[in-house]
Order: sequence, then C-alpha cells, then structure tokens
Amino acid sequence: MTMFFNSLRLAMRSTLANKMRSFLTMLGIIIGVMSVIILVSIAQSTTSSITNAISSMGSDLLTVSVTDEDITLDLDDFMTLADYDGIAGVAPYLTVSSTARSGSTYTSVSAVGVTGDYMEIAGSDLESGRGIVASDLEWRTYTAVIGSGVAGDLFESYDVIGKTFKMSGHTFTVVGLLSESGSSNDSQILIPLTTAQRIADSTAITSAYVQATSTNTVDIAQAQAEYQMLLLTRDEDSYDVYNMSELLDTLDDVMSTLSLMLGGIAAISLLVGGIGIMNIMLVSVAERTREIGIRKAIGARRSHIMMQFLIEACVLSILGGLIGLGLSALGLQIFGMIADMTIAIEWRAAIIALLFCVVIGVAFGSYPAAKASKMTPIEALQRN
Amino acid sequence: MLILEHLYKTYYVGDETVHALDDASLHVKPAEFVAICGPSGSGKTTLMNVIGCLDQPDSGRYILDGVDVAECSDNELSMIRSEKIGFVFQQFNLLDSMSALENVELPLIYQKLSQKERIERAKAALDQVGLSNRMLHRPSQLSGGQQQRVAIARALASNSRVILADEPTGNLDSKSGNDVMRMIQRLSSEGYTIVLITHNEEIARQAQRTVYVRDGRLFRSLEEAEQL
Ligand SMILES: Nc1ncnc2c1ncn2[C@@H]1O[C@H](COP(=O)(O)OP(=O)(O)OP(=O)(O)O)[C@@H](O)[C@H]1O
Ligand SMILES: [Mg+2]
Repeated sequence: MTMFFNSLRLAMRSTLANKMRSFLTMLGIIIGVMSVIILVSIAQSTTSSITNAISSMGSDLLTVSVTDEDITLDLDDFMTLADYDGIAGVAPYLTVSSTARSGSTYTSVSAVGVTGDYMEIAGSDLESGRGIVASDLEWRTYTAVIGSGVAGDLFESYDVIGKTFKMSGHTFTVVGLLSESGSSNDSQILIPLTTAQRIADSTAITSAYVQATSTNTVDIAQAQAEYQMLLLTRDEDSYDVYNMSELLDTLDDVMSTLSLMLGGIAAISLLVGGIGIMNIMLVSVAERTREIGIRKAIGARRSHIMMQFLIEACVLSILGGLIGLGLSALGLQIFGMIADMTIAIEWRAAIIALLFCVVIGVAFGSYPAAKASKMTPIEALQRN
Repeated sequence: MLILEHLYKTYYVGDETVHALDDASLHVKPAEFVAICGPSGSGKTTLMNVIGCLDQPDSGRYILDGVDVAECSDNELSMIRSEKIGFVFQQFNLLDSMSALENVELPLIYQKLSQKERIERAKAALDQVGLSNRMLHRPSQLSGGQQQRVAIARALASNSRVILADEPTGNLDSKSGNDVMRMIQRLSSEGYTIVLITHNEEIARQAQRTVYVRDGRLFRSLEEAEQL
C-alpha cells in the first residue's frame, strides 16, 4: 500500500514537472470527456423538456390536425367530434405567432386561441387568476392567460393579474397565470379562440386536442376521431390523428438512439485520447530507461516498475477526465446562457465517461508499463 | 561471503567473440576489501554486474551468502539487490529529478519501510558521508564528489553488507577522489565487504588484496597477469 502511494506521488510529480506535455497528452481525453458529457446532457435535457410537455397533457389525449391547406374546417366542424361516445371532450385551437410588448420589453410568443375547455383537456393548471371562459369567446375579448416564462419576460414578476401588454396591435389584459411546468408551455399565451380568429383574419381551424373518456378507450376514441375526420374532409390523406403515448414512445426511441450515437462518437474520441497517452508513455519509458535501470539495480521488482508507469498513465487519463468534467460544466453553463435554458449535467454520462478514463489509463498504459518492467537492469543501465 | 567458481561470459558481435569472463574464480570473505584491477575492456564491469546480480554468467557457479544465484527468480534477485548489495557507480547514477535525501531513500521504498523510518535512515546515511547540509539539493546542484558521496549514502542506507564500487573515482578530480577513497577505507574498517573496481594501481593498493583481470581471466598477482 505504501508502494502504491509512493508511485502515486511520483506520478503526480512527473505529471506536474512536465505541465505542457502532460496537458497536451491529456487534451485528447479532455476533449473526449467534454464531448460525451456536453452532447449527452444537451440531448437529455432537450428530450425531457419535450416529454414533460407531452406527458403533462396525459395519455388519454389525441391530437387531430388538418394537413391539407385547401380544406378549411371551423369550430362547429371540430365540435362534431364530441358527439362520439368514446370522446369526452374536444378542444380546438389556433396558434398565431406574434410579438408581445410591455413598455419597452419585447418577447416573441406563440399565442394560442382556445375554448373554455382547453385548459382542462390539455392539462394546464392555473397558478392564479382565471382561465378563458365562454363569455370571452362570445365577446371576443382581449384577455390573456400567460405562462410563467412569459410573465418573467414581460413583467419580471408573477404578480401579473390585471396588467396589460400589446400584441398584434391590440391591448390584452392578463386575467390568469399558468403554473410553471418546465416545458415549452411556459412560453405560451392563451387567448380566446374567436379573438385569435380575428387576428388571423380567418375562421379556419387546423388542430384540436381530443380527450378519450378514459386511458383504456384511447384506441376507440382514435378510431372514432379518424372516422369523423374522414366524413368532414372526405380525403384520408388530409388529416392526422396522433395518440400522445405513441408519440412519446417514438420520441423516446429517437432520443435514446441519438444519445447512444452521440455517446459512441464521443467514445471514439476518448479512444483516440487513449492512444495519445500510450504514445507519450512509450516516449516516457524510452526517456527514463536509465532511471528504470537505477531503480532495478537498487532493488525494484518488475511489478514496482510496472505499477509506477501504469499509475502514471492512469493519473494522466483520470486527471484529463476530471478537467474535462470541469470544462463541460462550464461549457453547459455558457451554452445554457446563450440558449436561455438551464441544462443539468447528465451524471450517468459523466460517471461512465470517467470510468472509461480509468479503463483507458489501464488499457493504454499497460503496454508501455510492461515494456518498462521487462527491461533487464544492465540493458537499462547501459543506455544513456 | 561471495564465491565465484569458473564463470564464463562470452559476447558475440558479428563474427568476433569476446570473452568478457573466462574461467573466472574468486572468493571474497566477509568484511574483506578486494580491488579488481585491469585495463579497459578486460571484463571488470562484466564481473561486477554478475557479482551484483544485474547479469547472469553463461556458465559457472555464483554463491552469495550461501544462496546459489542461478536458481533465484527475478523477484528474488531484486530482493538480493535490495537487501544485500549496495552499488556505487562511476557515473553516480542518481535520479536528477529527486533531492539527495530522496535518492538515498529510494532503496528503502523497495524494502517497504515506513516513510518515517526511511527518512530517519536516509538522514543518518547522509550524515555518515558528511552531507547533512546538502539534503535538499538536486544532484545537478552538487559537485561530482558530493554526488558520489550521495551514491555511497544510498548504498549504506539499504543496510547492505556488500558494497560494489565500479570506478567510483573515475569521474572525480584527485582531491574528491581521495575523499571518496577515505570513505571507502572507513567502511571497510567498519566491517563492510567491499569490491572495488579500478584500472588505477595506486588506488588498488589501498585494498587488502588485489585481483588482476586480463581478457576476462583473473590473476592473483601482477606478475602472473603480465606473463600473458
Ligand atoms: N553488451 C555487450 N555486448 C557485446 N560486448 C560486450 C557487452 N558488454 C561488454 N562487452 C565486451 O566485453 C568486454 C568487457 O567489457 P567490460 O565492460 O566488462 O570492460 P571493463 O573492464 O569494465 O572496461 P572499462 O574499464 O572500459 O569500463 C569488452 O571487450 C566489451 O567490448
Ligand atoms: Mg567498466
């Protein structure tokens, strides 16, 4: 055990003695670890933001959308879906992209025109105030329910009820605040559907959420929705009906494949880093031949020499891994600042990357270390 | 202590054969101080490498302290070098990246001593060679004579009873050479077994007994050697 700590101290010292060379040696590992952690973390947090948005809506939900621009359905057409016994509710909606302004603060938002049932069906909760109600639709009022992200951007406060902002040339009054969901819903503004139709200057509606009576009847509801859409459009290629849980599964599949691919690419760069370490260790063994000879002459065993160089390789790779971890934390902070989102380090990826570094240190350090330990003492001493 | 009987070691380079050791026999008693004297290329270093278990002869028997070295494993040879033999080389062979103290400590690391014990022994050894005031100097910050004394301290620290010195004064001016020789004399009087290799008659005379080497063969007197 003292032997181990001595080798460790020695390895630290020779690493520090050649700072520039050690750094360049570790660079491959540093870049490898950084790319593993950063890529996987970004992929993961993007996925979880999307899946949060979808799963907050519930698995009894279908989305129905018209894909053919020539077919215009209106509110009443969509409401016929509600007549089926497998369908509990229908929430048609109309999204208009726009810019909201409060004082001198601008923010781009997606304003969603909704009916009174929308929030319940889509699974959005109120933090304070009220939702959009039937009379808002009847009077086409300029009222709005805003997400917490919008509240922060526009008013820098969650005390927003009664405040006003400008959007598409109209002044909207905030009547409600959505609870924070950690998903893209936080940057939504809900307005009455009829008001959205007026802004869009069209009564055409292209999408709706359809809620099944229960999670068990989603398939029935989906069949019924597809049947009714066929009746309405008379063209089976002009609409889509999605099942949310299906969507979620597909998304999960895509994202885990993506993570795996990114991880694989990054692992290859780690491997290249390992070869760099082997290269430098071989140089180091050649340079220190006389040292090896001296050590053997005064009593070092093969295993001592082996351990010394193996530990040195591990110190290089693990130190490189730790520096890579630190830099990726920094990189994610900066990326988060630029992209305006918080990205947490994916710890599983970090741990796997660091374990990989140990494996690389041992794997690529073994050959140089074995080479050093096999030298006979005179052979090593005679070389200068 | 050291019993060498009929050792042979032959090198073949191209179509030339060099008999570095040719029927070499030598007995060294405990606490004896033997000088091995011969011209360049006569086989002195080869002989020392064999005595120090750094190299094996092609044939012949070598018994060190009752142990037949030919039958030792690599680890056992390391142990013998660690515990029984102290080397002093012509080129000092200190590690440049370490202080004098750490260099002297080095053999003790391989004897698995605790750090406290190591430092204690290393300091005592440096004290013995009169370098307690240079413990933290690197070899490059020491004179040749001082470096050689560090090397002697390293041999002493390991508690080895046999000191093998290969031209220890070869790289030194006459004054530091004399210092080193005085030190070796003193070790001899303290009971260490010493094998000193040199090509210098005058230095060889300081030993209790001199063995002459010519072309790998050992002779008891200069006259015998000259007859060749
Ligand atoms: N590894 C080797 N391969 C081939 N020949 C060798 C080898 N080592 C030594 N020799 C030869 O063996 C002979 C004895 O060499 P050795 O080093 O023992 O001489 P030496 O007496 O120590 O000489 P010096 O006083 O110059 O150090 C020399 O002729 C040398 O050329
Ligand atoms: Mg020699």
